Amino acid sequence: MTNIKLSKESVLGLIALAIFVGLSLFTPGFLSSGNINSMMFQLPEFGLIALGMMVVIITGGIDLSITYIAAFSGVGAALMMTNGFGIFPAIIVGIIFALACGAFNGVVVSKIGVPPILVTLGTMVLFEGVILAITNGNAISGFPDAYSLIGNGYYLGIVPFSLVIFFVFTIITGLLLNKSTWGRRVYMYGSNDLATLFSGVKNSKVLMKVYLYASLLAAVSAIIMTSRYNSVKVDLGSSYLLQSVAAAVLGGTNIHGGYGKVMGTIYAVLIFQFIRNGLNLMGVHSSLVDVVIGAILIAVLTLNFFSDKLSRQKAKAAS
Amino acid sequence: MSDYILEMEHISKTFPGVKALDNVELKVKQGEVHALIGENGAGKSTLIKVLAGVHEADEGGRYLFEGIDADIHRPLDATLKGISIIYQDLSLFPNLSVAENIYIGRDSNKKPWTKINWKSMKELAGKALDELEMDIDLNKRVELLSIAQQQMIEIARALAFDSKLIVMDEPTSSLSSGEVEKLYRVIDKLKERGISVIFISHKLKELFRVSDRFTVLRDGQFVGSYDVEEIDEQQLIKRMVGREVVYENNTQKAAVGEKVFEVKNFSKEGNFKDINLSLYEGEILAVTGLVGSGRTELAQSIFGVNKADEGTLWLNGKDLKINSSEDAVKQGIAYVPEARQTQGLVLEQSIVNNMTLPVIDALRNKLKLIDRKVEKELTEQYIKSLDVRPSMPDLAADKLSGGNQQKVVIGKWLSAQPKLLIIDEPTNGIDIGAKTEIHKLLRRMVKEGIGVIMISSELPEVLSVSDRILVMSRGRIAGELNTLEADQEKVMNLALDTEEPEDKRQPEGAESTVHQEV
Repeated sequence: MTNIKLSKESVLGLIALAIFVGLSLFTPGFLSSGNINSMMFQLPEFGLIALGMMVVIITGGIDLSITYIAAFSGVGAALMMTNGFGIFPAIIVGIIFALACGAFNGVVVSKIGVPPILVTLGTMVLFEGVILAITNGNAISGFPDAYSLIGNGYYLGIVPFSLVIFFVFTIITGLLLNKSTWGRRVYMYGSNDLATLFSGVKNSKVLMKVYLYASLLAAVSAIIMTSRYNSVKVDLGSSYLLQSVAAAVLGGTNIHGGYGKVMGTIYAVLIFQFIRNGLNLMGVHSSLVDVVIGAILIAVLTLNFFSDKLSRQKAKAAS
Repeated sequence: MSDYILEMEHISKTFPGVKALDNVELKVKQGEVHALIGENGAGKSTLIKVLAGVHEADEGGRYLFEGIDADIHRPLDATLKGISIIYQDLSLFPNLSVAENIYIGRDSNKKPWTKINWKSMKELAGKALDELEMDIDLNKRVELLSIAQQQMIEIARALAFDSKLIVMDEPTSSLSSGEVEKLYRVIDKLKERGISVIFISHKLKELFRVSDRFTVLRDGQFVGSYDVEEIDEQQLIKRMVGREVVYENNTQKAAVGEKVFEVKNFSKEGNFKDINLSLYEGEILAVTGLVGSGRTELAQSIFGVNKADEGTLWLNGKDLKINSSEDAVKQGIAYVPEARQTQGLVLEQSIVNNMTLPVIDALRNKLKLIDRKVEKELTEQYIKSLDVRPSMPDLAADKLSGGNQQKVVIGKWLSAQPKLLIIDEPTNGIDIGAKTEIHKLLRRMVKEGIGVIMISSELPEVLSVSDRILVMSRGRIAGELNTLEADQEKVMNLALDTEEPEDKRQPEGAESTVHQEV
């Protein structure tokens, strides 16, 4: 009997591959260069937000304000540019805006101890309000041509710049989570924050950095989005909010914390992207696309739940 | 034959890979208190779970309740037949009232839209509490009650269900001596009403106080059932462990050197007051006292997770400022908590990840990333020196036995090379072989120059392991004893500290708080 053990992530990778092959075979136009191209341009902005969300979920929390942090950051950068500043200072200001939001979330969650879902629900509304106050609900647009290269340009003529940026941050996230002491503490804290406290870990420091890192990824995503659309509005990327939670959990991240892998989330993002794109090409109405994605999510999570339960029972019985 | 309310014979239970119960017998007469004893892992919990319908036994067993086939396949079956289980970690609804908790489950056969009859609920709950002579406000939320009161609510619930058999799993483990005495009186009352009680406990002394008969399990097998008159403590221990085990009292005089650690005027409102203690090189200092005397709170204050209001610490020649556990670890203080599974370990994470948690910053390579190789070597070194089994660094901590888990927690701190180790209930829930190993380990650490303070409520352990004993009572240090001159009675007298007149603890209650574990 062959007994090949595949990790959760590898299984998901195979599913993503199968979907890709299936759609390539049965959906005319899916494999066309134009379509592949458009998917490559859409992937980074969503992927970055999903990675940020995943890191927060590994600590057992959630960041409902993440897309509004992105929008706020985008507004910051846009205001700089429309007021005559250069691209570089604009990006720096965008990142600072995002980090300020992340720091605010981090302080309230880690120092005061309010549950993350409540804090970020509050800051979500707060940031949205601040953006509305600044922009009056209008879009800010008209950025320098060079800026639009970030989201629309190519590296070496074929790979989108934004995809390269995404790739870099994927590797950085993986390294931080798996190889840095902060990453180790993130997983340990997510599994049992009492035990980390009793091991001399400063929990608040770990959490603070988690919310800062998530907001940094939101800022990078915002730069790509604003560059691609050449404008920013209060709802920049807001459709990615719950989708990023979905991608993280579909990717195997434990919603209670303690587990989550970069590759899992990446595969989940790809699966979403392929299905959404493929169904669009088939002419399926967009509301039906959501139904399909929702159904897949529920099916996978239910399966996960039962397989976890089964393995736990086995482990229990064996001990 | 029919004087047995419960007859379980030839009960086996196989889990994949493990035979948890092998041909076990348990027979309980009506109106008797029956003690079920055995070491950890002997099969007591599994047997109770079969009894309660949580697990189904393998084919071939016989399970009669009130003389007929019990036919119990799920927990509700057992409840409806009159079997109540009071688990160690109680199963109450903390945010519901006392009355609701006692009444809960009675409506389970009614339609969901049936209106709750608050009046009859309160009548029933009040009656059950009256029978126990308990004066508890029916409207109070259960989370506001003490553990002892919550336990009484569980018993009242069992009464309200007309239970004929009540199983109590380690009911006295978190009670004070006065509360334990009250529980005994309630059990006597249950007996008078013809209700049978199965009592699970590690404290042999109290078992001899309450039980009529014993059933002993060892390694999933039935050893025997005995009337209380026909057996004594030593014989019982022998049957539980299959050999004579007695802790030898420490008779070796420690070579004591310089002072290494001192606590000065430590106070925390509601926890402890005016604590002064010193630890000298080469000795193990035991801190003991009843549950609630402030021992654990004191230890956690020294470790920085429960900040003291006043007082200073001094370690190896300098005053310490400790505001968090991070500070404590940096200063060389380590703490092994009593709650091993929730505070000591990150259970689902590997042995490596647990062992290196406090020192992970020191295990980085030039790129500031964790050096996996060094990390693994360090873990393997401690796995070897502490004899952790199985010796698999990547195994999740929850796959280990209690003794091996404790070794991982100790290893975690050894890797941090502390100057002071405070270990809280070092052998709680650990089997006897591993206990002696841990004790030897503590002695070895002292020899290697680590200051060791051991908190324990197991008096035989205190007398066997320590060189000096501090006894705490109601948040203060009630007295100090040299272990060579101490015995259980002297310690208990200090622990009870009967000076203050308002203390209502009965002297005879003292005996039962001696955690005479095996």
